[in-house]
Amino acid sequence: MDTTPAVRVRGLTKRYRGVLAVDGIDLEIARGQVFALLGPNGAGKTTTVEILEGYRDRDAGEVEVLGEDPQRAGRRWRYGIGIVLQDASDLTELTVRETVRHFARYYPAGRDPEEIITAVGLAEKAGARVSTLSGGQRRRVDVAVGIVGSPALLFLDEPTTGFDPSARRQFWGLIRSLAEDGTTVLLTTHYLEEAENLADRVAVIAGGVVVADGDPGTLGGRAGAQATVSWLEDGQQRTQKSHDPGALVADLTSRHAGVVPGLSVSRPSLEDVYLDLIGSTER
Amino acid sequence: MTATSTTSGPRARQGRAPSAAVLGLHRGVIELKCFFREWDNVAFTFALPIVLLLLLGSVFSGVYEGSTVTSAQYMVPSMIAAGIASATFVNLGISIAADREDGTLKRLRGAPMPPSAYFLGKIVMVLVISLLEVVLIVALGVVLFDTALPTEASAWFTVGWVFLLGVVACSFLGIAASSLARSERSAGAVMNLPFIVLAFLSGIFFTPIGALPDGLTQIGALFPMKWMGQGFRSAFLPDSILAQEIVTTSWETGRTALVLGAWCVAGLLLCLATFRWRGKRDR
Repeated sequence: MDTTPAVRVRGLTKRYRGVLAVDGIDLEIARGQVFALLGPNGAGKTTTVEILEGYRDRDAGEVEVLGEDPQRAGRRWRYGIGIVLQDASDLTELTVRETVRHFARYYPAGRDPEEIITAVGLAEKAGARVSTLSGGQRRRVDVAVGIVGSPALLFLDEPTTGFDPSARRQFWGLIRSLAEDGTTVLLTTHYLEEAENLADRVAVIAGGVVVADGDPGTLGGRAGAQATVSWLEDGQQRTQKSHDPGALVADLTSRHAGVVPGLSVSRPSLEDVYLDLIGSTER
Repeated sequence: MTATSTTSGPRARQGRAPSAAVLGLHRGVIELKCFFREWDNVAFTFALPIVLLLLLGSVFSGVYEGSTVTSAQYMVPSMIAAGIASATFVNLGISIAADREDGTLKRLRGAPMPPSAYFLGKIVMVLVISLLEVVLIVALGVVLFDTALPTEASAWFTVGWVFLLGVVACSFLGIAASSLARSERSAGAVMNLPFIVLAFLSGIFFTPIGALPDGLTQIGALFPMKWMGQGFRSAFLPDSILAQEIVTTSWETGRTALVLGAWCVAGLLLCLATFRWRGKRDR
């Protein structure tokens, strides 16, 4: 088992016509990890990911993806990489089966196309033209193409944008099963819920820099932050922040002689932390 | 640990890398499927010369002075040239602009595909479409307009090399011109305008070529289509029609080969200088 990180980035910098898009980013993604990259539009997420995918050249910094520099890596390196693009609208006239079979040919040892089609939940649509599929089904084709070479590292750029909630949950199941098989996943998303559900680790990018990087449960001091306790008293909503919500609840319980009406205790959500991190102006 | 072992990871791969030639042939099959499944492609670049031959061939009657050739018979070999130009130049210009816009090129660059396989696939596609186009035009000529098939081997040899040089030259020019279109939607107009103008200036939509004003035919003579038309007429028509050509004493076979050959080289250089994998909106 390889113990070098799947992705290692140090001081990554990229300018477009003199404007800094990425300003010295450091990232490290361990093998087998599901890593979510969060950030508002224009934060530098897609630029960063496209540099890692070998689509763009960087201006400065060190980048190693599966042990190689994507800027110089060749076809062999691509055998280990799977890419699910954000806004592909190609392949419309081919059927799902033709598409997956075709892309399997690019790899010396591609997976069985039928098995992949079943894995992404499109077995019933295998003979249908891609142009006739729903948005969610289309993305599944993109994922099928991305994983047909059994990549060690899979890039997913905003994979569930435009999905309805049930399609999103199904899609998460698919990504989890890939992660269970040991695939390293780099996911960018706008949905905090998605990052919380899927990711082992989260980094937040804003203005071209990493503003936070950590476990989704503790990101931005989330676990240690004050909890908000709220309850009803004299028909009115009361809230109080506390470092020790247990004591406050015990106190309330004794005051109300048992049942505290409308009691809730909440920590800041990942979304609260996120919005705080990227600054309220970015909302 | 060597660089090669880091890319293979836990799932070491067996099997040899698929060759560019094999992948190119597979791409050709995929390209042909997509072409014939898209109605507007077929109408725009495949049916147009055939429909024009049917229309223009039935409008004019009578034979040219000093020969037994009718205007429809004159038009058949000329329209082969336009058919090839449409199946190569117009078709490639539109389809590559579309590939650039809908994400096909991006997806392929992210896959372990040798770039040559993409171009080989396009060449396979245009060769098949051009051959079909020629066969259909000649068949229509034979059935409707009493076109006589060449009987001499040397005439068929001429058809062969004019076809090959014409396909190669016009394909390169189409690939180069695909970068001019700002979007897939504008590509149809961008490609068809020069095609229709040059088909007119080459004495294909306006027959015979000798009746066009000198200034116009001189412009037409700078481009391949004029020489392709002349080359096919030399194979399909009797020498008695030479009076209707620009140079009334010879079919200028050597010059035809020279001009078409020069366009093959110039077209290749233009492709190498202008081809972009990325769209204008995707910088």
